[in-house]
Amino acid sequence: MTLPQMFFIYFAISMTSLALLIITARNPVNSVLWMLAMFFHIAALYLFLNAEFLAAVQLILYAGAILVLFLFVIMMLNLKDEIKDRKFIKSWPIGAALAAGIMALIYFPISKMIHGPLGQYTIEAIKADTNTKALGMVLYTDYLFPFEVASFILLIAIVGALVLAKRRV
Amino acid sequence: MVPLNWYIILSAVIFMIGAAGFLIRRNVFIMLMSLELMLNAVNISLVAFSHYLQDLKGQIFVIFIITVAAAEAAIGLAIIVSLYRNKQKIHTDEIAEMRG
Amino acid sequence: MTKYAFIPLLPLIGFIITILFGARFLRDKTHYVSIAAVFGSFVLSVNTFIEVATHAIKTPLYINVLDWIFSGTFKVSFGLMIDPLTAIMLIVVTSVSLLVHIYSVGYMHGDTGYYRFFSYLNLFTFSMLMLVTANNLLQLYFGWEAVGLCSYFLIGYYINKKSAADAGKKAFIVNRFGDFGFGLGVIMVFLYIGSINYVDIFANVNTLAGKTVSIFGSEYDLVTVISLLLFCGAVGKSAQIPLHVWLADAMEGPTPVSALIHAATMVTAGVFMVARFNPLFDLSPVAMGVVAITGATTSLFAATIALVQNDIKRIIAYSTVSQLGYMFLACGVGAYGAGVFHLFTHAYFKALLFLCAGSVMHAMAGELDIQKMGGLKKYMPVTFWTFMIASISIAGVPPLAGFFSKDEILWLAYNGGKVGKLVWIMGTIVAGLTAFYSFRIVYLTFFGTFRGTHEQEHHLHESPKSMTVPLMILAVGAICAGWVGIPSLLGGSNWIGEQFFHGVFKHPHVTASHAEEWMVIAISVIVACGGILVATYFYFWNTELPKKVGAQFQGIYKVLWNKYYVDEIYSATIVKPTFWIANKILVGFTDAKIIEGIVNGVPKLIGIIGDKLRKIQTGYLQHYAVGMAIGLFVILTIVLISGLK
Repeated sequence: MTLPQMFFIYFAISMTSLALLIITARNPVNSVLWMLAMFFHIAALYLFLNAEFLAAVQLILYAGAILVLFLFVIMMLNLKDEIKDRKFIKSWPIGAALAAGIMALIYFPISKMIHGPLGQYTIEAIKADTNTKALGMVLYTDYLFPFEVASFILLIAIVGALVLAKRRV
Repeated sequence: MVPLNWYIILSAVIFMIGAAGFLIRRNVFIMLMSLELMLNAVNISLVAFSHYLQDLKGQIFVIFIITVAAAEAAIGLAIIVSLYRNKQKIHTDEIAEMRG
Repeated sequence: MTKYAFIPLLPLIGFIITILFGARFLRDKTHYVSIAAVFGSFVLSVNTFIEVATHAIKTPLYINVLDWIFSGTFKVSFGLMIDPLTAIMLIVVTSVSLLVHIYSVGYMHGDTGYYRFFSYLNLFTFSMLMLVTANNLLQLYFGWEAVGLCSYFLIGYYINKKSAADAGKKAFIVNRFGDFGFGLGVIMVFLYIGSINYVDIFANVNTLAGKTVSIFGSEYDLVTVISLLLFCGAVGKSAQIPLHVWLADAMEGPTPVSALIHAATMVTAGVFMVARFNPLFDLSPVAMGVVAITGATTSLFAATIALVQNDIKRIIAYSTVSQLGYMFLACGVGAYGAGVFHLFTHAYFKALLFLCAGSVMHAMAGELDIQKMGGLKKYMPVTFWTFMIASISIAGVPPLAGFFSKDEILWLAYNGGKVGKLVWIMGTIVAGLTAFYSFRIVYLTFFGTFRGTHEQEHHLHESPKSMTVPLMILAVGAICAGWVGIPSLLGGSNWIGEQFFHGVFKHPHVTASHAEEWMVIAISVIVACGGILVATYFYFWNTELPKKVGAQFQGIYKVLWNKYYVDEIYSATIVKPTFWIANKILVGFTDAKIIEGIVNGVPKLIGIIGDKLRKIQTGYLQHYAVGMAIGLFVILTIVLISGLK
């Protein structure tokens, strides 16, 4: 067992247990905090995979923006009594069984997976240019149109959130 | 060297845990967070593929997924706020107005 | 388009013009259009007749005017067949139609549906002309049904009278019974010969001889079956037993209609059809025997009923049925030419009888009962003399028309073997009865003292010129029409039988001697005069006698007066069960339960299914998500399993 593999096993175990904690926490705030820990682990995994830029983006965006937004809303709604009720819906075994079943189904093909042809961005090439610059080169030339569309989506999200959450004047 | 399969199986496990969380919890916030968990699992698998296939397409896709996830989280929370204002309930098995 | 095509076309154009413009624009002037149309057809028909008689054109002449149906091996065109039989029918139809049109100007004067009457008359003339000029069975069938339809229109012309509407329905429905058999006959002809054009049928008719067709397991001679089926149509159309019941009730229509349709033209379509298909009938002695016996029986049956009726039009109607029986009798013994000759003469004296009856009704303000008439001779001389001429003609007294045609039939029947001799005896009896009841009408209506009301007596007058002139023209026909067929025994050349119809009909073989021929003629004349004398005795000299005889033979009188209860029998055995089936089974069961069940049941079923399906929409978010997950699970399973194979 090499060192990378041992690191990976640690990550696997911790991410799995964190995920389970996220979905079974009683208090939503607890759940958000477990999620924060999860995002840190994911960022670390990205570093493992030579995607530094993405690790940074993950932390800034997810941990820094989205989870904060979640916490704002949870605290705004001020739920004290709701958390005393039961956690799961009445028919929760069905959901859990389904998820386990699909997992089992997915496991078999993945364990025998063969991947496709290799591309040109080898690790050395990326390291020479730094991940950020390499991403930038690709993003602003081949994927310019989706980039503009993504900005439009964000605009819609802003407007939509404002409209939906507005108090009746 | 960590084989590619391991990353993908990890991603699948986290995705399924997120799906299970979506299917069995009553609290709306937890459901939204399970959604985010699912998206992140997919991100992991995409980055893994990008690393192993030596192509940057996976990482570009991850950027877009993160963008969309942010937008969707914002809108989702706005909807929850609006829902709470109208119904004072955030448990999904009590909100069943659209039953046929 | 040849000039012959205009013969049926002109009345059709007349119909279209009068029906479209008659109500608003033409109104009282409608008759100009229709009379012009029929006059045009009449002129062309005379032209055709002369051409055929002088052999200026080669007959039979087949002309296809317009392609109608071309479907695989089934090819039918609108077309014409010109031959002596067609030519003589054209003369009959157009001349009587023209005279009836002129008569109707006076008779229907002031009626609210004036334009409608003339357009229907034109439509009828068109249909009848299509029938007689047809060169294929489908066009014949078209004309056949169309005349039935026009008969329905015209019988029910007085739309406010329920009895008229019922009579129209009865005529059409009873005709349909016969037409069903006729249709089957047409289909069989097509099946076994392969074409329904006369050209092909007459060329190949001998291929049918000797073949058999199996019906419900047993084998029957093919030609007999086809002939009998075609004869069914004739039975319906020409009011023979058992489908005779409609003709008496058809008298609900206006009298010109009775004269045109139920005396001269439509009812003779059956005779025409049998004569046209004589090559086919000749191959089946059985069918010919059936035709002859049916004709003779009907003749006797109707004549006995006519003896005791009091409605002037009904007596003449039963007289028509009886005379049609004569024509079928002739065809049945092979004397097709004689049958058509009688059709020719009968058209004139029967139309004359009807139109005179109309004239009498006109004067009596619609009264039909001859027991309430009498002594009209001095008020209506023209009507009286023409009616007398017609009665003498129908009785068969020489040298008027009826004698020559009736004598020809009886003589050829006498020569027709055992069946022929039987029908000859029946025919002779009928001749006597005919003379009797015809003169019964004459005496009761025109002689003696007036037995009606004072009101009616003041009203009595002769009819206007538009009505009396056709009567006079028809009287000339009733006298002279027979002179084309004077037999050689009496010095003539029997032009119509020998020369005119040569090639159309096989000449019937005559086995009896000249002496027997003189005997037959003598018997006919004696029987005719005897009938007249008996009528004179009963109704002129000893006017109390009829009542006494009637009281003595009460039973027979009642049966005859009720027309042998045929209508009542049909009502009980056919009409009532049909209504019962219609109401209980078709309406009660099939319509109410099955069709309503389906029509109501299907929406109900959909409602129930919808009700059950609706429950899937629970409104819970997680339930929908679970549904999606289940779908994903199933798809993955399928993909993996099919991938594993």
